[in-house]
Amino acid sequence: MPGVRVLVGTKKGAFIFTTDAQRKDWQVSGLHFAGWEIYHLKGSPADPNRLYASQSSGWFGQLIQRSDDGGLTWTPMDNKFTYEGTPGTHMWNDGTQHPWEFKRVWHLEPSLTDPDTVYAGVEDAALFRTTDGGKSWHELPGLRNNETGPRWQPGAGGMCLHTILLDPTNPDRIYIAISAAGAFRSDDAGQSWKPINKGLYSKYIPDPTADVGHCVHHVAMHPSKPSTLFMQKHWDVMRSDDSGDSWQKISGDLPTDFGFVIDVHAHEPETIYIVPIKSDSEHFPLDGQLRVYRSRTGGNSWEPLANGLPQQDCYVNVLRDAMAIDTLPSCGIYFGTTGGQVYASPDSGDSWAPIVRDLPAVLSIEVQTLA
Amino acid sequence: MSTTTIRIELPTHLRTLAQLTTHETALEVPQPTTLSAVLSTLEARYPALRGTIRDHTTLQRRPFLRFFACEKDITHESADAPLPEAILSGKEPLLIIGAIAGG
Repeated sequence: MPGVRVLVGTKKGAFIFTTDAQRKDWQVSGLHFAGWEIYHLKGSPADPNRLYASQSSGWFGQLIQRSDDGGLTWTPMDNKFTYEGTPGTHMWNDGTQHPWEFKRVWHLEPSLTDPDTVYAGVEDAALFRTTDGGKSWHELPGLRNNETGPRWQPGAGGMCLHTILLDPTNPDRIYIAISAAGAFRSDDAGQSWKPINKGLYSKYIPDPTADVGHCVHHVAMHPSKPSTLFMQKHWDVMRSDDSGDSWQKISGDLPTDFGFVIDVHAHEPETIYIVPIKSDSEHFPLDGQLRVYRSRTGGNSWEPLANGLPQQDCYVNVLRDAMAIDTLPSCGIYFGTTGGQVYASPDSGDSWAPIVRDLPAVLSIEVQTLA
Repeated sequence: MSTTTIRIELPTHLRTLAQLTTHETALEVPQPTTLSAVLSTLEARYPALRGTIRDHTTLQRRPFLRFFACEKDITHESADAPLPEAILSGKEPLLIIGAIAGG
């Protein structure tokens, strides 16, 4: 029977929710990895029972866990993330150069075709890959060694590589995004990279149109239109129709265009979702009203979606990896909040209901559509 | 090779990671029985602990961990110095402790 499995990473562990295609009655599994920060969990598109989790702690560092049974049992894998060669330096907050130092894995992106191949986006920003199911990790150093590297700098959350997009039509093409450096593209399977930030405008950096230095919060892509990218920047919602070579602002009639998440409808490549946040200094929804905004026109024209979401006294945030979309015929949308709620919409955002209300702060949400 | 039996107490999270069900574990550690030798033996016995107590490459202690022996903090003593006699005799366990920090 078709259904979905929602993978939830939180500040104090992981949860797995399962349900059928109706998406009304949920089974909650967890707490997995109790007491640990789970920045991200994701399943392999090639083997839905193969899951990977990034587990970390300020005391004990980074671990990677793997499940081969859909999250019932887990095995710790290799946790050695060593930069290739001499790590070099990047820009520090005071303008000086600072050595690259590994801190944690923010995002795990399994290959579209091979369950044993996974990309890991880490802080300080770099891209690692395993091709043996997590038994060993190796950096793809061409990204960190990009000539712009010394000008990358940490955002408020650290200098993290948080977004990895694999082009389903071109195995050599990978997009990534870093806070605060910007977006980058590789056309040779990760060996070399170019910044793709033309058209971004960030008034908080010395040159607002610089090739790097932009605080990109998240980037999304529809698999049927992999040359079209949607970006939630620190401020501004953007789109590119030429694989990131140029960007246009599509904030349009949004009440605020600050935010973290952005995602694309499973069956409508021009329908996109964001959660507007009041400002860079006030990380909560406008007027205490939690609203997802949907554009059915690829941006510029937006509609608020509030049915079932709290419309008063709500001051949570929705972090950059905390929205996901299933591929059932009636597309399901999921997002988690720093207040520990996970909301689900089984009807493309028209109505919402909480799956749970009282988890630790939610760091990430992923969803698997099960046959 | 001569060995010494060393009793070790781990923080809760590391006990879970090592799948230990008891409060402490005992290791046969090659002599000379130093803190460094104990940690290497511990990591060899429980590979999941690699990188959680000290850095994979530099072998530097992770900042929020401490080592206690015989009611003394030996964190900043040389990792290559002999451990106290009470640890070597098994009278006292070596304690690996997570610092009180965070929320």
